Amino acid sequence: MSSSPEVRGRHAGKPAVTSGSAAGTATMELPPAAKKIEGRSPWRLALERLRKDRAAKVAAGTITVIVLCALLAPLIASWIGHGPNQQFIDTGLDAEGNPLAPSGTFFFGTDSNGRDLFIRVLYGARISLVVGVLATLISVALGTFFGLVAGYLGGVVDSLIARLIDVVLSIPFLVIAISIAYISHPGFWLVVFVVGVLAFTYPARIVRGQVISLKEKEYVEAARALGAGPMRIMFIDLLPNVVAQVIVYGSLLIPLAIVSEASLSFLGVGIPPPTADWGAMINDASGYYQAGFWWYLLFPALALLITTLAFNILGDSVRDAMDPRGAGIYE
Amino acid sequence: MTRFLIRRIGQAILVLFAASIAVFLLFFVGPGPNQVARTFAGRLGTPQRILEIKHALHLDQPLYLQYLHWVGNLLQGNLGFDYYKGQSVNTVVAQALPATVSLVLGAAILWIAYGVFSGVVSAVRSRSLLDRGFTTAALFFYSMPTFVLGYTLIFIFAYELYRVTKFFPFSSYVPLTTDPWQWFVHLILPWLTLAMVTAAAYTRLTRTSMLDVLGEDYIRTARSKGMSERRVIRVHGLRAALTPVVTLAGLDIGTALGGVIITEQVFGIPGLGWTIVQAIGQQDLPIIMGIAILAATFVVVANVIVDIMYAVLDPRVRLH
Repeated sequence: MSSSPEVRGRHAGKPAVTSGSAAGTATMELPPAAKKIEGRSPWRLALERLRKDRAAKVAAGTITVIVLCALLAPLIASWIGHGPNQQFIDTGLDAEGNPLAPSGTFFFGTDSNGRDLFIRVLYGARISLVVGVLATLISVALGTFFGLVAGYLGGVVDSLIARLIDVVLSIPFLVIAISIAYISHPGFWLVVFVVGVLAFTYPARIVRGQVISLKEKEYVEAARALGAGPMRIMFIDLLPNVVAQVIVYGSLLIPLAIVSEASLSFLGVGIPPPTADWGAMINDASGYYQAGFWWYLLFPALALLITTLAFNILGDSVRDAMDPRGAGIYE
Repeated sequence: MTRFLIRRIGQAILVLFAASIAVFLLFFVGPGPNQVARTFAGRLGTPQRILEIKHALHLDQPLYLQYLHWVGNLLQGNLGFDYYKGQSVNTVVAQALPATVSLVLGAAILWIAYGVFSGVVSAVRSRSLLDRGFTTAALFFYSMPTFVLGYTLIFIFAYELYRVTKFFPFSSYVPLTTDPWQWFVHLILPWLTLAMVTAAAYTRLTRTSMLDVLGEDYIRTARSKGMSERRVIRVHGLRAALTPVVTLAGLDIGTALGGVIITEQVFGIPGLGWTIVQAIGQQDLPIIMGIAILAATFVVVANVIVDIMYAVLDPRVRLH
């Protein structure tokens, strides 16, 4: 996926480095002392730093609320008595067939089809979160695999993978994505697949760089001396040591995937209607909001913005927590 | 340097070659030759016409010959013929390109100027109130989907504040050659939209890079020589810190020239991005393929230019 300025993929700033060597010192045997001294793993240190981060707590709280909204959407829908795709031709539209403003019956107003926007925004969270997480899992899995192989094997394999990444990056993400969505019919899994596969280049580059420096470490040399093959070294010895980095990077890929999905749906090649989707809802609203139907645009746009913002803030905090050298930069 | 150039350009050609195969496979092999011919013929295509097109595109020949023919045309600068509009793709692209170039270059000036300025201020006054403001704004706009920002700006400036800001038209594009003032006015909101969402990455990159550079020994040396802080930052700091920023700018501009799809879509600017979205709606394959391969060329060329600039600025790069 190419980092077009629109779907921003390039993360400025330093990637976190939590090297495996720190783990050794933390689990060392401790001298018997009067007071029990607890060993603290880098993970625990990171978690403790994260707990002290106020922005991270707010972001995590927001994400929890969004996840709850997504999970409870059907319950809330049945409690209010409005389905996500149910059209209220008589009560949800005014005499001229226009959307209704927010009221006691329709908390966020209605859309141009007389559907309840509140319920649709709640249901939209499901698509955004599920696509965001699934696509990120795909890109992280692919990226880690290619990064490990390229970094460890080097040589021709590395060059081939580097060129593959160049090719994927050469065609702007949205151009490939809408083209693929065009030749095969758009749908949920296609969107997950396209967004996930095209983003593999970012974790691949990070993991490759990390592996190139890690493979010179003594423990890799020791493993090789013991007769371990490349597969074992890559997936048993090296993989656990790049996991921290992958988590940091993955947490920053989720908001990117969410925006990518919303952009595809906004362009009409994402999740097909009538499924409630924030990008598609914003697209629907684009013909209405100027004429005074502000709620139609406001609520889905706000939901999307809050979600990406929360994930980006949390991702930044996770990076800072795992990389003490950079900690506090964005406090 | 010559060897570096040859190797770098060789790589670029290889990537473009692979990209052309990818685009070719996606469109020719994916839907199959019959479907391609039918799509090219358009809705009113008679069987006779479909046969003609199949022959004209060499679709009755083996795949590799089809590919060679297509690439042969590309190498001569011929992007293909659009049966839907009855025009050559070159004409369609030539019509769309000025709008995209106007949008991208104007926005690039804004995002680079703001990004570098805010990044440098943030780094020099690290942890000040100003730094916090800039980094928070960067995070905010970094998270902002382009279409959300675009519609928000349109809503605020072209509708709500219409009485005050009468000069903000809410959409469409006026060519520079038709009316320079209207061209400028029509592009203000699109420029702001594209620049604000892109600048965030520049603020952060410049800040990190500048902080790194300011920690270097030679900066301490410069300061201990008694050089003024202003001069230390401008002459020694900025030059070193801006190298990664230049790289990012080159790549971003290259990518954006291939079509800023969402900004063009939101503001109704008939550039390459808008054209490709229209083409997808109309199932207009030659346009999609032409713009896709053109976009790839922009990115690859931008990459080469950036690498050469980098090698000139930093001789160590040439060795890798």
